[in-house]
Amino acid sequence: MVLAGREGNRRAVLAVNDSARRLGIWPGMAATQAQALLPDLATFEAEPDEDAAHLARLAAWALKRYSPVVAADAPDGLAIDATGATHLHGGEYPMLNDIVLRLGQAGIEAKAAMASTYGAAHALARTMPMQINVHDFPSEKRALGLAPVRALRLPAETVLGLKVMGLERVRDLLARPRAPLVHRFGTELSRRLDQATGHIAEPITPVVVPDLISVTRGFPEPISAPETLQRYTGLLVDDLCVRLEKGGMGARKLDLLFHRIDARVEAIRIGTAKPGREPKHLSRLLLSRLETVDPGFGVERMTLTALVAEPLDYKPTGTLGEKARADVTTLVDTLASRVGAERLYRMALVESDLPERSVRRVAPLSNPTSLRWPENWPRPSRLFSPPEPITTVALLPDHPPATFTWRNTRHRVIRADGPERMHGEWIRSDAEMLGTRDYFHVEDEAGLRFWLFRKSESVHPDTGPHHWFMHGLFA
Amino acid sequence: MSASRTSSALEALRAEVAQIEAGERTSYPALPFGMPAMDKALPSGGLALGALHEVAGGGVGVVDAAAAALFSAGIVARLDGWVLWCLTTPDLFAPALAQAGLDPDRVIYVEAGSNDAVLACFEEGLRHGGLVAVVAEVARLPMTASRRLQLAAESTGTIGIAVRRWRRPAEAADFGSPTAAVTRWRITAVPSGPLPVPGISRARWLVELMRVRAGESSEWIVEGCDEEGYLGVPADLGDRPSVAQAWDRRAHA
Repeated sequence: MVLAGREGNRRAVLAVNDSARRLGIWPGMAATQAQALLPDLATFEAEPDEDAAHLARLAAWALKRYSPVVAADAPDGLAIDATGATHLHGGEYPMLNDIVLRLGQAGIEAKAAMASTYGAAHALARTMPMQINVHDFPSEKRALGLAPVRALRLPAETVLGLKVMGLERVRDLLARPRAPLVHRFGTELSRRLDQATGHIAEPITPVVVPDLISVTRGFPEPISAPETLQRYTGLLVDDLCVRLEKGGMGARKLDLLFHRIDARVEAIRIGTAKPGREPKHLSRLLLSRLETVDPGFGVERMTLTALVAEPLDYKPTGTLGEKARADVTTLVDTLASRVGAERLYRMALVESDLPERSVRRVAPLSNPTSLRWPENWPRPSRLFSPPEPITTVALLPDHPPATFTWRNTRHRVIRADGPERMHGEWIRSDAEMLGTRDYFHVEDEAGLRFWLFRKSESVHPDTGPHHWFMHGLFA
Repeated sequence: MSASRTSSALEALRAEVAQIEAGERTSYPALPFGMPAMDKALPSGGLALGALHEVAGGGVGVVDAAAAALFSAGIVARLDGWVLWCLTTPDLFAPALAQAGLDPDRVIYVEAGSNDAVLACFEEGLRHGGLVAVVAEVARLPMTASRRLQLAAESTGTIGIAVRRWRRPAEAADFGSPTAAVTRWRITAVPSGPLPVPGISRARWLVELMRVRAGESSEWIVEGCDEEGYLGVPADLGDRPSVAQAWDRRAHA
């Protein structure tokens, strides 16, 4: 399958899929030639405007999900400024992984790269063989050096000209004296090289999503003093809250963008556990992150956007006979902006026989779950994950060990209770169906209490190796 | 005549000084353990609310603080309201806390990256006022930080429990250095009582009250938390003089 469209004054193939590429069709070929090669080629009309519109929608999605500064990198990419955003997704690699996975679920095959400059990330995402590329500075330099010159966002004729000169990789260009190259190909080449290596700055112009509630303040003189930034943050929050109240909405996620005079954009993103429009609380959350903003030579415009807003209705309080639960929403928000929302949770029950699967994390302010763990079997207060292997001296099968060695210390078992047999969950995998664990609750001569188990590969005690593990501590 | 006047003047002066010392401080009720011997040793008849308390494990418990965590869970289980539990390593097993009477719907866990981040969350929680208790698992607790925590707890009446927990047993020497906490406890597992049948009875702990403001330190052997968070008196020790009294006698001999 190919997409064909006008290129200059001829009709050319603009994009090809994998099977067409295998049959020797590549972008830039004349459409008629492609059809002559493959008479039953599926040719569709390229729709660049539609593509751009969809890319903008994708950018808006990435904006809501990943970082306040996102731009559509036409025709086929997204540029995300991940500064200060990665920790909310567990780091650089997990964040890229998440992006690629989610795009994959939507049927979009994507490659992602994280690098120190926009130019380098652009090049690496398009040329590296891996789907996810995260580089530290030295390896980024090396990888960029190996990338073909077409990855530098150069006009086609420049790439062709460089090829004629035998310059195929970025490192060939970097090793050459710059002046003759500029003389031959113009300043564009030099600019792209510097942008990729970080010698000149390349700001990302963030995508603006219409129909979000947003307020802006421009300043006749650039501002940079922390007190001034704080004051205007407060004013913007007041403005936004008025707008939110008019619409009957409460903000769940706020972006505060600082447009600097050198065209860079600094951003703060905060989230709230429940929709809110309390100016004091929202500005406190924003101000707590203000120290991460570098105003540079000054900020000329500030924009506050309610990225996610939900209807917020007044609720009756103090129902008769019911003791109101204290409101900890503000605390949850403050802590979430400090450590990340996913590291703030309550524990709830999962119906599972295996102890490590019997708990799950739920959002801190979700509705109370009435399910409780069974109380008749004692459970340890510390659970080791994964269980730690121990060596044991056991007298009889189906009995607790007489002694065991854990973390280089030998413990003699004085009292014990068990076994409590737990079966693997057959619903998960065949291997688990046969696996069993026999748990023992034991006390050693010093009074320390442990939770041990013996793992078997089958339900018959005389088959398979029996390994012992330490799974938890009671005291 | 003059002697009684002097003494009444002194009384008045003392009352005045006490008032100044109390300052803006409001006094909060205390949470009794329900064990007369323990409650007697605490100046307010129980664990003071609106104050910072320290709990650590003894022996190998300094690393895992399993009993110390259960002891703290038992305390906050007997209060009513939200609990914030700050930790760095998420190895706490919620079903065990539920067995000590702590309803999982009441506990919000916050997993902070470092000791300092835990302390910051700890203080934030104490200052908020909507919580009834904050438990934090910390290794280092400097004097300045503990003073801030104590003031934050005083300002809202939230009880703060610092479960001290170190990466290596050697680091536990830090437990000797002073903090602004009102009480300091050490919980060590000791062999439990015999059962007439094979099996394992209720856990038994040596609870040491190492430091208490305006009180004397003492220690007791108790049985671990029941399903409502209460400690118990071991049956075979119940009719004997408690360890605390024996210690008292030794001290006065």
